[in-house]
Amino acid sequence: MTSIDPASLHTAPPALPATIDGEPVGRVSAVYVYEAPVRLWHWTNAAAISVLALTGYLIGQPLPTLSGEASQHYVMGTIRFLHFSAGYIFAVGFLFRIYWAFVGNHHARQLFILPFWSRAYWRGLFEEARWYFFLEAKPKKYVGHNPLAQFAMFWAIGVGSVFMIVTGFALYSEGAGPGSWQDHLFGWVIPLLGGSLDVHTWHRLGMWAILLFIIVHVYAAIREDIMSRQSIVSTMVSGVRTFKDDDPD
Amino acid sequence: MAGLETFYEVMRRQGITRRSFLKYCSLTAAALGLGPEFVPQIAHAMETKPRTPVLWLHGLECTCCSESFIRSAHPLAKDVVLSMISLDYDDTLMASAGHQAEAILQEVMEKYKGNYILAVEGNPPLNEDGMYCIIGGKPFLDQLRMVAKDAKAVISWGSCASHGCVQAARPNPTRATPVHEVITDKPIIKVPGCPPIAEVMTGVITYMLTFDRMPELDRQGRPKMFYSQRIHDKCYRRPHFDAGQFVESFDDEGARKGYCLYKVGCKGPTTYNACSTVRWNEGTSFPIQAGHGCIGCSEDGFWDKGSWYARLTDLHGVGFGIESTADRVGLGAAAAVGGAVALHAAVSALKRAQHKHGNGSNGSSHTGDAA
Ligand code: HEM
Ligand code: HEM
Ligand code: SF4
Ligand code: SF4
Repeated sequence: MTSIDPASLHTAPPALPATIDGEPVGRVSAVYVYEAPVRLWHWTNAAAISVLALTGYLIGQPLPTLSGEASQHYVMGTIRFLHFSAGYIFAVGFLFRIYWAFVGNHHARQLFILPFWSRAYWRGLFEEARWYFFLEAKPKKYVGHNPLAQFAMFWAIGVGSVFMIVTGFALYSEGAGPGSWQDHLFGWVIPLLGGSLDVHTWHRLGMWAILLFIIVHVYAAIREDIMSRQSIVSTMVSGVRTFKDDDPD
Repeated sequence: MAGLETFYEVMRRQGITRRSFLKYCSLTAAALGLGPEFVPQIAHAMETKPRTPVLWLHGLECTCCSESFIRSAHPLAKDVVLSMISLDYDDTLMASAGHQAEAILQEVMEKYKGNYILAVEGNPPLNEDGMYCIIGGKPFLDQLRMVAKDAKAVISWGSCASHGCVQAARPNPTRATPVHEVITDKPIIKVPGCPPIAEVMTGVITYMLTFDRMPELDRQGRPKMFYSQRIHDKCYRRPHFDAGQFVESFDDEGARKGYCLYKVGCKGPTTYNACSTVRWNEGTSFPIQAGHGCIGCSEDGFWDKGSWYARLTDLHGVGFGIESTADRVGLGAAAAVGGAVALHAAVSALKRAQHKHGNGSNGSSHTGDAA
């Protein structure tokens, strides 16, 4: 198993004409794909979203009432505090991830880009969908995200995170009050979506959309790890993509 | 504006002593959240400024705003109505009626062109050329447009004028329309609520008359001094909210103990109004204090945002015609996707087993060893 510096792949003439995802990978069995900051972000982000979804769910559907003096408990207070803390981590992480899309390798940009005008992209997406419908005997190899994964990630996480951050901070501005930076930056969202209650409802629907993505995402990651021709889960841990066969594309 | 007495002169003529006058000035300052240093400023303004004419129009409405207004404790509505502002035209409160009343309207409009304040209670229906609301033989819409033309500013009283309220609730057969969508070229102050609190109404008007300018408005055109915080931010049951102590149903122990009404649908967390600080009926109480959740009466479209007794409301409010909450839709979708995933996993496992037995084909055999 040889690990090859991806930079040399760009410059060196390809050993084989076959290219995948713009990079020649014919007989290469391992490529460094996800740089450490992307992996660190992935897992921090996954943790933050888990906390946000759990606490967010409980904000709308609180736990059963506790008896005793009010001063003995701070359950809602704690749940909301955890939500807001995780919200900040989520938002700062996302900003960092955008920054990394600029300075990182080209796989780092996939999350934010939908190659809408590329025919090859849509063909790849279609083939990947056929693979999932058991209509394709053998999936294609991809160094970065496969086109279908990229599509789901772009909408659910790329766009979805912006939506959750914008509506989340708009709700936060209601507590922070007029004049706060949250109000200056995001307060306009409240009348735009028809009032505070509607922003709550949209924010909650957004949670469900992201949760649906996660169900499919985690399943697909594990399934592809077993069934596809490349490493998947370990790639998000070590950053290195390994291929299980030497066949071109 | 020659010809009009000052507020102070009118008040004195009404038999109000200087002492009560000054007391009134301090109360007004307090109601507006101003410091004691503003009292002389208010007194000076009242002594020197001619009273401002106010024309109060009524469209599609239930008159709850007027009912609220005349119950103001500070400043006494009597003072406001009869002395401070010259309510030259208010077809509900004034003595004159019919042609005589309409003549007064014309007269004030001409004499104080560009200087009077237009207060609107209710709203105009636009369907059938406005025929659903006729004032003096003509659609209210025409009267509103005519009077607004030369007004200095417009006050939209209550949720009807500000947002449309019940007559604009789905399906809104008369196309009742809030004032700001009809009058677009004048400064408009929205004072929502069904009705707005009396002290809020008189506070707004007193501010405009004494300082001769609009109160500071928020993004949605509501005076900041009364609408910058939610009911929930100042609710006396808030400690129970933070602790996680809720009324689970209206007859339970929690209800008797005065726990937070969040789970029975209190809209305090999403409603901007002054009820939890100013309260109602001379500060006696407000709905939450009486054991019922806030229904969000000062929020845009509060009739159409689902149940008043459920925290998570149906999705009509956000534009889906769905009698279901975000959680029911979300859980349903998650169950469907989860089922699909399970099925997919089963088929995948079968396919894999097949390939293994079938000696492998198209590289799938490699997949097998690597996994
Ligand atoms: C993936 C990200 C997020 C998820 C899944 C999520 C989920 C939720 C959910 C389900 C609710 C309850 C809504 C309701 O039923 O009323 C909620 C409320 C809220 N969220 Fe988030 N949220 C996310 C991100 C954020 C962010 C980035 C912020 C910003 C700090 C934020 C701030 C809030 C606030 C202020 C509330 C209202 C709390 C209250 O009413 O007491 N959220 N969130
Ligand atoms: C809250 C949960 C999660 C979220 C929101 C999430 C989100 C994402 C996103 C946005 C990416 C794209 C990364 C990028 O381009 O920067 C990604 C990739 C990936 N995630 Fe997750 N993830 C979650 C949980 C998981 C879990 C539990 C696993 C492991 C089973 C996992 C495995 C992976 C893998 C293997 C990739 C790389 C896929 C590829 O190679 O194309 N994720 N995830
Ligand atoms: S009763 Fe309503 S306004 Fe008061 S704390 Fe509970 S949810 Fe908030
Ligand atoms: S408590 Fe809520 S529903 Fe009741 S009057 Fe105040 S804003 Fe309206």
